[in-house]
Amino acid sequence: MFLSTTEITLALLPVYPLISFLLLISLGERLSWRAASIVSVGAMALSAISSFVVINQLSIVSPILTVYLWNWFELNLAGNASTQINISFYLDGLAAVMISVVTGVGLLIHVFAAAYMKSDENFTRFMAYMNLFIVAMLLLVLADNLVLLYLGWEGVGLCSFLLIGFWYKEKANVLAARKAFIMTRVGDTALAIGLFILFKELGQLNIHNLTETANTIWQVGDEAPYWIALLLLGGAVGKSAQLPLQTWLPDAMAGPTPVSALIHAATMVTAGVYLIARMHGVFLLAPEVMNYVAWLGAITLLLAGVAALAQNDIKRVLAYSTMSQIGYMMLSLGAGAFSAGVFHLMTHAFFKALLFLTAGSIILALHHQKNLFKMGGLLKRLPFETAMFTIGLLCLIALPGSSGFYSKEAIIAQLWSSNTAGPIFWYCAILGAFLTSVYSCRLFFLAFMGEKRFQDEPRSSSSKLLNTSLVALAVLSLAGGVFASTLEVALLDVFPRYHSSLLNEPQWLHSAAIATPFVGIIFSWFYFAKYRHSTSCDAEHSVFQDKPNSVVLFCRRGLGFDQLYDVLFIKPYCYVAKLNRNDIFDQLLMLCAWYVSICHDVFKCSQNGKLRWYAAAIGLAVVLLLLSMGLQHLSLEAS
Amino acid sequence: MSAIPLSHVLILASILFTIGFAGVIVRKNTLFILMSLEVMLNAVGVAFIGAGSVWQQADGQVMFILVLTLAAAEVAVGLALLIQMQKRFKSLDIDLLSKLKG
Repeated sequence: MFLSTTEITLALLPVYPLISFLLLISLGERLSWRAASIVSVGAMALSAISSFVVINQLSIVSPILTVYLWNWFELNLAGNASTQINISFYLDGLAAVMISVVTGVGLLIHVFAAAYMKSDENFTRFMAYMNLFIVAMLLLVLADNLVLLYLGWEGVGLCSFLLIGFWYKEKANVLAARKAFIMTRVGDTALAIGLFILFKELGQLNIHNLTETANTIWQVGDEAPYWIALLLLGGAVGKSAQLPLQTWLPDAMAGPTPVSALIHAATMVTAGVYLIARMHGVFLLAPEVMNYVAWLGAITLLLAGVAALAQNDIKRVLAYSTMSQIGYMMLSLGAGAFSAGVFHLMTHAFFKALLFLTAGSIILALHHQKNLFKMGGLLKRLPFETAMFTIGLLCLIALPGSSGFYSKEAIIAQLWSSNTAGPIFWYCAILGAFLTSVYSCRLFFLAFMGEKRFQDEPRSSSSKLLNTSLVALAVLSLAGGVFASTLEVALLDVFPRYHSSLLNEPQWLHSAAIATPFVGIIFSWFYFAKYRHSTSCDAEHSVFQDKPNSVVLFCRRGLGFDQLYDVLFIKPYCYVAKLNRNDIFDQLLMLCAWYVSICHDVFKCSQNGKLRWYAAAIGLAVVLLLLSMGLQHLSLEAS
Repeated sequence: MSAIPLSHVLILASILFTIGFAGVIVRKNTLFILMSLEVMLNAVGVAFIGAGSVWQQADGQVMFILVLTLAAAEVAVGLALLIQMQKRFKSLDIDLLSKLKG
């Protein structure tokens, strides 16, 4: 079997970061900063270049590229049917978008991370985990069957856990890592069960064949696709931090900032969106579940927007904003506008990575100050960072011309007349856009305007690596809209053509959608005027003291979901664990050990070290022996 | 000379042996234990001599001389140990020597 050059390039995509990971993890601290960053960033650069080469080939030769590497194992279903699970990659328009985001944004974030984490004592470990994450993410998006996808899915979860808890010496970080791991595990279990049912029903796990078979076997609205889609949605909800399982994402900000940018904003959290987009064949057969997806997205996007309004930590604002933007993607998937959702995934990766990395730069410049109420006046002191952050915020608010505008408008435009969504979702999305612009403005006013509220003078980073990656991401964020037509062509074959219902769209829809961000900005300009103006010292104290009332505190803690889960799950679990403190089942097993220990005690008594006792025992034994021999003799004589 | 029946000899030997064994078990003083051991050895000797004279064989007397030699050697070693014990523990209590217990 010979592979063409393009196929080899595709197959080698995840190999470069894997080699880099192995090198870094085995050589460890022996590598200097320069060597470690050249290895890890170089591997990412190779991956990025080859992914762009492959994608170019894709558009010319054929819309789909597959490469079969080797057979992983064989699955048997009840003896008769069997299916091959292969390590093979499947590249179509959707996967192409994902690998370009993963390797492109990943490369820029690696460059940033190399400079950002330079002084950390575990620098090589950090870069190794980042590389491993890229490997897992590439496996996830390139997988041709669901088992390989699940491998990547668990791999990114592992890397997320490792990187949130990277500074493991602080207890809060470890707890956050554990929380993220357990919360996503709930979703992963649902996904695994979904895969089992899918295999039981269809007898195969190859994504492409599976979609075709599903369309021939099942009708729209059947029960099997309903449950399967619901379980897959469970997995997606866990990974993408949507409504019932969203509480881990804000805590995940305990990790280093490049991790928040790469894993918890740009790539890993969009894996759920990717899963639904990839399995759209099954989801289209279950319109109710599509409706649930839309509802989940809409509610999450509003709740996260409200929670973002009350945060005082710059990274947590961005975390809730990520949650809310993924809500948009889910909403768009639920409405059947798959390509719009994937487009928003891409632009969101650009501008959210930019926002997180700039936030990292600012936090570094302010000597690890994350509290918004202790910033202020950065406009004059950190002009470069301010410019970068403003560009990111403009895209987040979706001002016309920025990349966020194109993708968000594409989503909102299709909501009103969608079969599985409707006008109510349109209103949710508009309200969400309004909230987005309000919390963005609040963040901007608090951090960059007004008077400074910190003692130490900020030191702007002079590192070229940091600033280069920021500028590159800013350019991508601003110009991301030009990919719209390319993306539409690429995704044309992947997703079914969009059917709109016959519902009439009012004329004012588009103008209202475009006007909303401006309304939000004007509203916050007046509503948050106190943050902009620096009046006298006394007034400043009252505004910036950060004494939240109960409502603000409730929102800041993520609208009470943590407390709810604490009462519903953690408390009963701890209670049961406390009841069974002695572990009844363990005691049953411990009976064996008990028996041995009793025998030991008995025999220990016989070893008392007293010579006379030993002599007596020997004498007794001889007497007994003689007696038994005598008895034997007698019985022999009697017979 | 009227021959003493073998059973009498064996009864005497076993009484002596039992007395000696009881001494080994009951006495705490190591010196007395050694002496009781001598009693036991001699009980065996009596049994050998008695059996040798009943069957008119020299083997019984040979065995007795062997036992006697063995007893002498054993006492030599035993008394040496006894002196060492007196030096170290200032006592002859056999129960003090129990360091090898489990």
